[in-house]
Amino acid sequence: MRIGVLALQGDVDAHQEVLRTLGVEGVSVRTPSDLDSIDGLVLPGGESTTMSMLLDSSGLREPLTEWVSERRPTLGTCAGLVLLADRVTDGRDDQVSLGGLDITVQRNGYGRQKFSFEGDVAAPDLGEEFDGVFIRAPRILDVGASIEVLGRLSADGEIVIVQAGAIIGCAFHPELSGDPRLHARLVACANAGNGPR
Amino acid sequence: MANSTPSSSERATGTFRVKRGLADMLKGGVIMDVVDADQAKVAEDAGAVAVMALERVPSDIRRDGGVARMSDPELIEKIQETVTIPVMAKARIGHFAEAQILASLDVDYIDESEVLTPADESNHIDKWAFEIPFVCGATNLGEALRRIGEGAAMIRSKGEAGTGNIVEAVRHLRSIFGDIRKLSLADDAEVYAMAKELRAPLDLVQEVAETGVLPVPLFCAGGIATPADASLVLQLGAQAVFVGSGIFKSEDPSRMARAIVEASTHYEDATIVAKVSRGLGDPMRGTEINALETRLADRGW
Repeated sequence: MRIGVLALQGDVDAHQEVLRTLGVEGVSVRTPSDLDSIDGLVLPGGESTTMSMLLDSSGLREPLTEWVSERRPTLGTCAGLVLLADRVTDGRDDQVSLGGLDITVQRNGYGRQKFSFEGDVAAPDLGEEFDGVFIRAPRILDVGASIEVLGRLSADGEIVIVQAGAIIGCAFHPELSGDPRLHARLVACANAGNGPR
Repeated sequence: MANSTPSSSERATGTFRVKRGLADMLKGGVIMDVVDADQAKVAEDAGAVAVMALERVPSDIRRDGGVARMSDPELIEKIQETVTIPVMAKARIGHFAEAQILASLDVDYIDESEVLTPADESNHIDKWAFEIPFVCGATNLGEALRRIGEGAAMIRSKGEAGTGNIVEAVRHLRSIFGDIRKLSLADDAEVYAMAKELRAPLDLVQEVAETGVLPVPLFCAGGIATPADASLVLQLGAQAVFVGSGIFKSEDPSRMARAIVEASTHYEDATIVAKVSRGLGDPMRGTEINALETRLADRGW
């Protein structure tokens, strides 16, 4: 089992560390050929505008769009969620997402760094609450009928973890609190019959 | 390291995890110095992960002399209105009133910077008193840990700003990583003596001895002028780069900016760094360190 982590920019190392604790090999993905040998993919946190530009210059945009449209196992956190959202508000005009999740997200929806926060996330299907670390996080404004809601902010019930098939999106950073449950879910999706191409 | 635990009904802002979290998000990226909204736009278009708002880039501060201070709030606000990426700004060392002003403007990170003229010759800002995170410069491990002890959530090696000369940045990175390696090999008794030598808080020295890494992200600043410079310091272990004069003092800032961004992602792949280095025009001219009248890295303690 090999899980790729998109390594154009962002907290790639934190995701690799979580994968290591699960006993899974994490592979840095910087060029199209890096996709050949992986069974699942993590889109990390970082600056979504920067990642979007680097998706083009690295030649990864097309193969990753195909990856997502084939519904292959993918986990996106924060900026990764922005990349997976079918609709993005407050992004740059030239910022194009990969799509994959029928949701609308507002980039930096909670405001500047001053409003970044830690807050508990209730996720009944996944066990106890997550210690959610939200860094200039995207806000999920609406979700389509195909979306399964996995987690909500305990304080006000806002949706913060979603899944559709093998694609999981999360507005906060489980990798920063070292919580492996969403990565384990990704690995389970990858085990469930999506072998290497 | 202090970390408050939020109760289930509230949002806990300004925790240490939240402060260093933004530094984690900037890893692998390029933070660019900009002096106005137009430059900020060029930086964002080129793929900067953040911009640093300041009145003059370091090479101009060096040339003009005089006292270098915090930027005009109006300039910072214009930059904030222009870009969607994080906006950082510099306060003078020890000048907590400037830091309070920057915090009131909701900048995303405050750089307590030796590039500006220090305001206090003994004390740095008590950074725990702020909800906004701070980055500070360091030339060695002891200095880095003292800044972290004061609440810094990100460290950047100082290098020598405004020179376009990478030699000091390399010296500082090698010193920091060299001392971390030494500390990792020390036994428990030796760690006490090393804390004394480093003049750093014992608990942080013990933490580094145990984990083998700095407790916060370590970026590199001061002297980066080409894509190859970025590749060099990232291979040495820096986790992201700050580029000041190197971009807007080059012949074609937009192309240089983009090339450094791409080189920072593909820093281990010399073929790609070579590709983005082609035909960039002249980089900033640069200065021999021995020819300098003022060494900015000596500011701060």
